[in-house]
Amino acid sequence: MIVGRREAWLGRVFLVLLMVMTVLPLVSLFVTALHPSGTYPTGLEWPSEPRWDNFATAFQAAHMGELLGSSTLIVLGVVPLSLLLATMAGFAIGQLRMKGHRWVFLMFVLGLTLPYEGVITPLYYQIRDLGLLNSRWAIILPLIALFMPFGVFWMRAHFVTMPGDISEAAQIDGANSWQQFWRIHVPLAMPAISSLAILQFLWTWNQFLLAIVLVGDPRKRTMAGALGAFQGQWGTDIPLLCAGSLLVLAPVLVLFLIFQRRFTSALLQGSLKG
Amino acid sequence: MTQRMAGGVLTPPASRPEVLPKTAKPRVRRGKAWIGWLFVAPAITAYALFVLLPMGRTVQYSFYEWDGIGASPWVGFDNYVKVFTDPELSGTIVNAFELIVFFSGVPVLLGLAIAATIRRIATTRLAVVARTVLFIPQVIPLVAAGIAWSWLLSGNGLVNQVLSAVGLGGVTRAWLGDFGTALPAVGVIGAWVLLGLCTLLLLAGMSKIDPALYEAARIDGAGPLREFFSITVPSLRQEIGVCVTVTVIAALASFDIVYIATQGGPGNTTMVPGLEIYYQAFVERQVGVASALAVVLVVLVLLCVLPIQRLTKEES
Repeated sequence: MIVGRREAWLGRVFLVLLMVMTVLPLVSLFVTALHPSGTYPTGLEWPSEPRWDNFATAFQAAHMGELLGSSTLIVLGVVPLSLLLATMAGFAIGQLRMKGHRWVFLMFVLGLTLPYEGVITPLYYQIRDLGLLNSRWAIILPLIALFMPFGVFWMRAHFVTMPGDISEAAQIDGANSWQQFWRIHVPLAMPAISSLAILQFLWTWNQFLLAIVLVGDPRKRTMAGALGAFQGQWGTDIPLLCAGSLLVLAPVLVLFLIFQRRFTSALLQGSLKG
Repeated sequence: MTQRMAGGVLTPPASRPEVLPKTAKPRVRRGKAWIGWLFVAPAITAYALFVLLPMGRTVQYSFYEWDGIGASPWVGFDNYVKVFTDPELSGTIVNAFELIVFFSGVPVLLGLAIAATIRRIATTRLAVVARTVLFIPQVIPLVAAGIAWSWLLSGNGLVNQVLSAVGLGGVTRAWLGDFGTALPAVGVIGAWVLLGLCTLLLLAGMSKIDPALYEAARIDGAGPLREFFSITVPSLRQEIGVCVTVTVIAALASFDIVYIATQGGPGNTTMVPGLEIYYQAFVERQVGVASALAVVLVVLVLLCVLPIQRLTKEES
């Protein structure tokens, strides 16, 4: 095709431009982070003497070590349990299809579009009454519940495509529902579960609203929540703030680059399932 | 959340065709319904305790005047009246709708144009790299995106540097601090976050269009524009629906970016419902007003999302 070549060339230019646009804010963050702390650099300007030690300073100022630990604890508290609950519910709704399963499903689906701001105020008083304010539980418990609509929706979409024959064969072999679930259905659902795990990891790690409302101490927050506090404290020191931001986004970025294929397919499916 | 994507990339159901309704063979298990209920019980419990219960309480609080500590007199619909008549509160809703132009309009339209342009090279090495790069804004915390862009758009930032370099020094300003430009500037940040996702979703959709359609159009003498409007856009109904849904939710329920970039200022020019709820509930201690606004926000999101779902799904 004659037109093909010109179009392909135009496409390349577009694509490169788009990629430059995408990474430019991060490049600017990086370059600025190398300027002497406390200065006001101008735009994209490579400093005469790059101050690599800014990263070390920011690491200490933001208590990065503790933060990594705190975010990891929160993720470990949320993701496995949330996956288990969602998978069990998805199995019941998609495979067992007991009487009333449509209503249960509808109830979860209604929560899909719920903005977290819609429940944050009562959640604060509820968590306070439970005596959990300022603890990591304050983020973990609500987040597990808030992940339920999407998780159940996602797992049910998987289980509904599984032929019922599998269960029936196992049933004849004498396996009860619990055994069928663990020995047959969970292993078969692994691709769906692991994509969901990636999404929930990202949403937990980057959770901001719950963290700033329910946990006052930045060191017990998620990474994103702690960055908010860091901005409040060091907002006037631009290079240090930039260095801190880079450190905060580094862990997810690294994980993303390592598992990029899994991440991109999970994110694409995650939106398309809708 | 949005997920955040914001909260997250959540959209209501039904894109996936119901695979096995009534014609499927009768289930052997039917008799033991209680087993099914045992399996969903934990999920329902968590959902009821930390989503349904608080949602119910939001509705309840919205009819009272409460400072979070003392007595709470019943005030009927007063809080709702306030939400719609107090310009400080109703303005946040207007702002949220203005943000839709940037959060949804720009990524979807630009995403369509870009995806159509790069469709033919979608399998090259460059495109594979692009797939990763374009997803970065979806992966990093919105807070970090907010900080990066606050700096880009500041008085000394790269945006002004570029403008000066091309001879537009006259328009430079602190974009997020200017009454006239703050809201669009926040919109630009949202557009940056969502553009890559929309482009890739649309591109994935385009790869499913039968190439024979394009061949036929070419033979009939259709140019790229004609091709775009008569083949590409109609075939992408569902993908466009997903993009619009995700981005509209991100705009209406925006919080992180605004909190970091402008805190709602200057004045109230960038105040959005999410942030106003936060201020009313935890700074002003007007729990009733905050809750009424929260109910309005939840309903608003549903009212916007349901028609989009209808429009894009009816054929499938």
